[in-house]
Amino acid sequence: MSYLPASDVFRVLADPTRRGLFERLAEEGELSVGVLTAGSGVSQPAVSQHLAALKGAGLVGETRAGRSTLYRIDPQGLRPLVDWLAHYSVFWRDRFDALEQALEEMDE
Amino acid sequence: MSGTAETKSIVVERTMRHPPEKVWKALTRSEVIARWLMQNDFAPEVGRRFNFRATPIPGMWNGCTDCEVLTLDEPRTLAYSWNASGEEAADGLKSVVTWTLTPVAEGTHVRMEHSGFRPQDEGGRQAMGGGWPRIVEGLEREAGTV
Repeated sequence: MSYLPASDVFRVLADPTRRGLFERLAEEGELSVGVLTAGSGVSQPAVSQHLAALKGAGLVGETRAGRSTLYRIDPQGLRPLVDWLAHYSVFWRDRFDALEQALEEMDE
Repeated sequence: MSGTAETKSIVVERTMRHPPEKVWKALTRSEVIARWLMQNDFAPEVGRRFNFRATPIPGMWNGCTDCEVLTLDEPRTLAYSWNASGEEAADGLKSVVTWTLTPVAEGTHVRMEHSGFRPQDEGGRQAMGGGWPRIVEGLEREAGTV
């Protein structure tokens, strides 16, 4: 599986309205366009356009529920943004603590 | 971005109150490694291929790291590759972890260098200015607990 370059994902999420929609989906789970429009401050067609952009970037997926379509985030789309450097900085400091603990518990 | 691959490292260093021989055991015995790092099938042989395994993080890490022992100089230097595995291998992380043990009066100076992070491994919240989505921070927090 291939992913968009991080710069493309950044560009898609750079729009504050679009990012707001993505964050709502991240926090509230599956939502319809109607629910997303309420409280977004923009029109339903605008919300649909933003959702299409998020779908195109692999950040959002959709499921049909009867006559309506529900949208949800697809965390795979965020993979290009994963900051391994920051992740492993925290990881190794924690592992050093655990290594010292393990050394204390070793007999020899 | 230019074609030359500029990579970065993480270095963690600490002096531990134990002799190098003991620290070496903690770094090279599979059952001890499992206690402080991850489940593994490590064996102390140059060229040995092994995996570290932990709980997958959906959308980010499949829970398995592909490794190979590169350097084994008891009780001073241990190095192994640390690469993304499975379908994440193609464009995933490719890196090297090097442990260097130096005897000091108090015990052992332990230095770990995790090197080979490419610019694209560096995420980059700076590119978003202040508007980084909270979901990404949530994922990073989860990642920190692997």
